[in-house]
Amino acid sequence: MVKDQEFLEKKASYCLGLAKKLGATESSVIVNNSVSETVNFRNKKLDESNRSDDLGISITTYIGKKKSSISSSNLLDDNLNILIEKCVEATKNTPEDEFNSLPDKDLLAKEVKDLSLYDDTHIENDQKIDYLKKLELAASNDKKIVNTESSFTQNKSNFILANTEGFCAGYKTSSFTASSVIVAKDEKSMERDYEYSSKCFFKDLEDAGELGKQAADQTIRKLSPKKIGSEKIAIIFDKRIAKGILSTFASAISSSAISRGTSFLKDKVNQKIFSDSINVLDKPDIIKGLGSRNFDKEGVKTDTLKLVEQGVLKHYLIDTYNGKKLNLKSNGRFGGTSNLYFENGNISFKDLLNSKSKSLYITETIGHGSNIVTGDYSVGATGFLVENGEFKYPINEITIAGNFKDMFQHITLANDLEFKYATNSPTMMIEGMVVAGK
Amino acid sequence: MLSMNNFFEKSDISRSEAENIVSDTLSKCDDGELYLENTKSETLLLDDNKIKNSSYNSDLGFGFRAISDEIVAYSHSNEISKNSLRQSSENLKSTLKSVKGTYNHEIPKSNKKYYDNINPIEQKSLNEKIKILNEVNNYLRTKDNNIKQVTANFLGEQKSVEIIRSGGESLTDVRPLIRFNVSVMLEKNGRKESGVYGVGGRQSYDFYLKDENWKSVCDEALRIASVNLESKPAPAGEMKVVLGPGWPAILIHEAVGHGLEGDFNRKKTSAFHNLMGQKVASEGVTIVDDGTIDNRRGSLTIDDEGTPTEKTVLIENGILKNFMQDRLNARLMKTRSTGSGRRENYRHIVLPRMRNTMMLSGNQTQDEMIKAVDKGIFAVSFGGGQVDITSGKFVFNCTEAYEIVNGKIGSPIKGATLIGDGPSSLKEVSMVGNDMMMDPGIGTCGKAGQGVPVGVAQPSILINKMTVGGTKL
Repeated sequence: MVKDQEFLEKKASYCLGLAKKLGATESSVIVNNSVSETVNFRNKKLDESNRSDDLGISITTYIGKKKSSISSSNLLDDNLNILIEKCVEATKNTPEDEFNSLPDKDLLAKEVKDLSLYDDTHIENDQKIDYLKKLELAASNDKKIVNTESSFTQNKSNFILANTEGFCAGYKTSSFTASSVIVAKDEKSMERDYEYSSKCFFKDLEDAGELGKQAADQTIRKLSPKKIGSEKIAIIFDKRIAKGILSTFASAISSSAISRGTSFLKDKVNQKIFSDSINVLDKPDIIKGLGSRNFDKEGVKTDTLKLVEQGVLKHYLIDTYNGKKLNLKSNGRFGGTSNLYFENGNISFKDLLNSKSKSLYITETIGHGSNIVTGDYSVGATGFLVENGEFKYPINEITIAGNFKDMFQHITLANDLEFKYATNSPTMMIEGMVVAGK
Repeated sequence: MLSMNNFFEKSDISRSEAENIVSDTLSKCDDGELYLENTKSETLLLDDNKIKNSSYNSDLGFGFRAISDEIVAYSHSNEISKNSLRQSSENLKSTLKSVKGTYNHEIPKSNKKYYDNINPIEQKSLNEKIKILNEVNNYLRTKDNNIKQVTANFLGEQKSVEIIRSGGESLTDVRPLIRFNVSVMLEKNGRKESGVYGVGGRQSYDFYLKDENWKSVCDEALRIASVNLESKPAPAGEMKVVLGPGWPAILIHEAVGHGLEGDFNRKKTSAFHNLMGQKVASEGVTIVDDGTIDNRRGSLTIDDEGTPTEKTVLIENGILKNFMQDRLNARLMKTRSTGSGRRENYRHIVLPRMRNTMMLSGNQTQDEMIKAVDKGIFAVSFGGGQVDITSGKFVFNCTEAYEIVNGKIGSPIKGATLIGDGPSSLKEVSMVGNDMMMDPGIGTCGKAGQGVPVGVAQPSILINKMTVGGTKL
């Protein structure tokens, strides 16, 4: 059982009290507990069970404009006494930074709305096993499938965030996640692909058979890939890759990258950085949303932000420290975005495929090829050649490259947005990128 | 055992009670252990002219593992208590309903140690460390007017582990780890570029910081950034690639290392699973994975199952010789553990992982390689890499590279991703240099969500054909 609010609050207030006694002028603390249970299957048989019970505490103490922090998984009072003493001592010895402070009191969340983020349902291991049996059965239909590995995880978490400005709040969240990784083989090649579903409520989880079938289909169609020549060609990003481009955009507008001057989007507020029709929203109050929250990791209220309107950048993602440095107020984005998404475009997925006589449809990228200082992008990729709206054949061992500054100006979005992750995008086409192959 | 952690000191359970629970839970299992871990770590960060962060972490917990045939049951918790250990035991028993195992392959013994039992965090005061970070910042900012940003950080860690096996056998290790990183950003004529460099290993801070030898780390980060400031777009397409010695051995790690880990080969999901004893690289290519080099980041006295580490020959003169094994995969593949069983921490199960993966020296010079290339690139420094072990395709990202034109090194080119095919790329190695070098000690390898410290090494090599992911057609 995940620890209740009372236990976490007691620990939090003990820490705040002790820090004050030892000489901290301000302090904040997060106490969290997360219990998760996973069952893994491989080739239709039980492979692994894993139960984890994680407790954690992190404390930040201030003495005027000096700051230091500690964290620990050992919540025994004995240990906390030693650590808090160490933390206050380190605070005294750390140089001042004029921007260090707790959030402005008037920005703190005043109420905690119920966003339906916790499902009390407990899925016993036997039920997880039933789900995985059904999933792997559906995934193993084709003779070309040589390995299946599937997993079911139930996670229940609880946390309290408290500070010496009187803020003290937290709530339970849950997630149920199923995934399947498939390996298929033919005479020429061996390929891997996957499918995944994660929801706050068990009853919303994708049907096991459907998930297994999708994972298998997506893998089989990758068999016997070809390598193509190097050329400039329109790239269509599958939704699961398109969301990564949106995440890179989010890191480039984080107030830390902006205040440090290490982002290609510095000083771009109120400038047009995307093509005309593009809108980007970060909406924290979606019921059952995977990224939903009432406040950020500093307790600052998180409201919906229209980050990009008709292609124009409207906001950075601001936390307290970097906000003070930039002379801007925190908008509750310490720790990043909530439910971040591109609004739907105007054309269907099918019309998007049909819009060019020849394009590349990318289903996976590998490598860490996004540079937010320069905006340069270069990653390894696999996918399909699309001609006149039809998937012709699978492609691998190619790279795709461009610069986000140009790429963002050439985005066309389909109208097939769904909320499968915390960050989501419709299928995305970008023109003008370079493919390197043979 | 003097400075070894006593995990039962402040607990309501005694060592002998814990041993009894372990023996009782694992009595009919094929394998398993109680893994106890206490990690103390410290981070100090200077950024934007200020000490941005000083933080200290203390992490304590256990992971209890029981294995029957292919099934692994695992349970972990932060609370080392009677209640918590019993609950874990019940959890393992309920997963492994009918166990009949007998395997009890003994853990080999060794007295060798590859690093000292020290706590690097306590070896220098906070003030001394802060002073050095400030000196780093001042040194760099006065050295080059184009510097717009300097980030420097120290990471220090001491990890104490104890492995208790059925019958009460106990194995212990205390592992120090240090990392020092510097990153700079330059801006000139409106163009921004960055350079990153770092050093580290399993020893004390002093080793890296004495006599201002931190300056060489700063100089290298600045040099890479300065080169990139002059870089032009990278070419796109297949061409010859010369890799410099040391850190570019990320290629080895991605192209063949992961594919030779035991689990993927037992499951036959690695592109290498049916290539044992066959030629997988050019003649002259020998690759080892070595956990026994003193004070290296990837070295371990014992692995996380208690097996002493070793130098495992993976590829000898082009022929595939061994996979890297933990106990589970070794047992199922009817071989022995190579001391490669590792985990990020007690929250994770053991997997076969790399330690220090190295291609050994040949007898050619880097100069000969450059001269042999009409059109290609010379790649000196890398950011990181990734591999799809099933298709065998791997990438790595250059952070410092130059074009080669008619046997001569030309202009620097922008960072680009290189992509290749694991099982075939090492057959394209046509020259192996005589200049093997270890990496500076900053690598972290990720697998199944677990990061572990690793090392790599290689001499300069010439690869006949790789795809360079630039933008210039």
